[in-house]
Amino acid sequence: MSELTLLLVRIAYLAILWIFVLSAISVIRSDMFGARVPEAARGRGQKAPKEKKAKAAKPRRGSPTHVLVVEGSSAGERAELDQAPILIGRGNDAAIRLEDDYVSTRHARIAAAGDQWFVEDLGSTNGTYIGTVRITQPTTITLGTQVRIGKTILELRK
Amino acid sequence: MAARTALPAQGANPIIGFVHRRRRGAELFLLVLALAVGIGAYAAVGIGVQGRVPADIVGYGGWLTALVVAAHVVVRIVAPYADPVLLPVVAALNGLGLAFIHRVDLVDGTDLARNQLIWMTLGAVLFMVTLVVLRDHRVLTRFTYTAGLSAIVLLLLPMMPVLGTEIRGARIWISLGPFSFQPGEVAKVLLVIAFAGYLVLHRDALALAGRRVLFVDLPRGRDLGPILGMWLVSLGILVFQKDLGSSLLFFGLFLVMLYVSTERPGWLVVGGALFLGGALTAWRLFGHVQTRVSVWLDPFAYYGEGTNDTGFQNVEGLFGMAWGGLLGRGFGGGDPTRIPIVESDFIIAGLGEELGLTGVIAILLLYGLIVERALRAAIISRDGFGKLLATGLGSVFALQVFVVIGGVTGLIPLTGLTTPFLSQGGSSLVANWVVIALLLRISDLARSPVPDLTADAEDDADESTQVIKL
Repeated sequence: MSELTLLLVRIAYLAILWIFVLSAISVIRSDMFGARVPEAARGRGQKAPKEKKAKAAKPRRGSPTHVLVVEGSSAGERAELDQAPILIGRGNDAAIRLEDDYVSTRHARIAAAGDQWFVEDLGSTNGTYIGTVRITQPTTITLGTQVRIGKTILELRK
Repeated sequence: MAARTALPAQGANPIIGFVHRRRRGAELFLLVLALAVGIGAYAAVGIGVQGRVPADIVGYGGWLTALVVAAHVVVRIVAPYADPVLLPVVAALNGLGLAFIHRVDLVDGTDLARNQLIWMTLGAVLFMVTLVVLRDHRVLTRFTYTAGLSAIVLLLLPMMPVLGTEIRGARIWISLGPFSFQPGEVAKVLLVIAFAGYLVLHRDALALAGRRVLFVDLPRGRDLGPILGMWLVSLGILVFQKDLGSSLLFFGLFLVMLYVSTERPGWLVVGGALFLGGALTAWRLFGHVQTRVSVWLDPFAYYGEGTNDTGFQNVEGLFGMAWGGLLGRGFGGGDPTRIPIVESDFIIAGLGEELGLTGVIAILLLYGLIVERALRAAIISRDGFGKLLATGLGSVFALQVFVVIGGVTGLIPLTGLTTPFLSQGGSSLVANWVVIALLLRISDLARSPVPDLTADAEDDADESTQVIKL
């Protein structure tokens, strides 16, 4: 093997190594900035089942318009969903202020994702429950899903 | 960093329509390049050392390709949303390590590369088994204390009279017949699982209670129990097994996870003080620690005739890297076997000699990518345990690379640890493949779209409305 061949092999190998490193970095880059899927592409994957569901659901009931406190000391209090995200808690800045000792100052919030609604616990002391399950991550709620906070129960209503 | 504070951010994810793509095609593309790195290194070693492309390159390359393709197919089936970069990076590092060990074999007439290939196969199989069996990493929370206990048992095993063997001054191996095994590497993974499970439950107590002294929130006295326990375990490893590297690794890992889960810098102050105290005491009391430190401070005073030559390995490593320069001598062009055990702890010095600074920087970047991907998985993970587990696995990786490469390059005193995926050594290789499988599992769950709960929720809603109507 001549010196030249060895030199070429050496340079070529370093080039391969760096091409690999740079491609890995470029995959990460496109993963970070390209992850926002365009509306059209998302439609292909997700729209179809969603539309079917919407068709089935619509005749029975429309989309929710407000949150209503159905049980507890503040029963009857409501907040319109077009002001979302809706903060729930004992604090003065809460959209739904609950007079309930088991509720934290900033307890939970209700926010929209597309045509779905989510309830999310804001690190409250006593937790937010759907049914008997304490939620640990933003959870989808629909019309009539009972969200329990302290001794209070809230629902989405239309 | 706790799940609590990160929740609003990913609550926002579905809101702005941020959906991760699967990227399996990108993974396949990177895997092809990774194979080019691994098999190319093998070919370059053949050309450089023997003057021809080795005859068995088809069989060798085919075997590597089969392993990598099998791993890719398993990922595609059971973890379709997993991170696309981790597997290729690991495959490339592993291939490069194999080629270099083969290069050492060609000079020394040993057969380490074949063993390493067997271990790599075992590692890849365990990688696939982990992915297939473990469909949700949260299952691991059930084994918090089991994992912790087995880690401690594994760490104690080398102290057993028959099983344990002392190699090169460190008593960290157990030998079963012809096989020797380093249980510390497996214990490392188990400890991360145990810490993550423990901290995710107790982080509030550790984070909230405490006194404020000079802008630092100091933790409560009775919460110091676990950190003191871990400190003692680390010191025990240092004293009885004479293994500086593992002791530094375990304590650092615990400290990082404690800090990440509680967001309290006070723990770093306490842990740093404990570390300094322990390190100073060890330096005063133990000869082998003193040797390491003095060799680190002035390696050339312990090299050559008229000295006891304790710095021989370090100095030869430094010579090798200096001789490699920017572009390296090329595979076969250097003389890395001058460095004792170059195929293991000092592999980065050997690679520095033959690939130069350019190659070493590429390798360091690959390690950086693994750590970055692990922390990324931690950030986007939706549950606290997954966050802590990914952070722990990422930081154990980062610490290990820092400790061993820092030691070889003379940044910190030399401590014996394997360079993940490159070094010759089966237990480390297998354990690290499992670490990568766990990371892929966490990132798969984190990147997959939020499961559509509407169907279930509607059923519930129907029931509850009916109840109200009644």
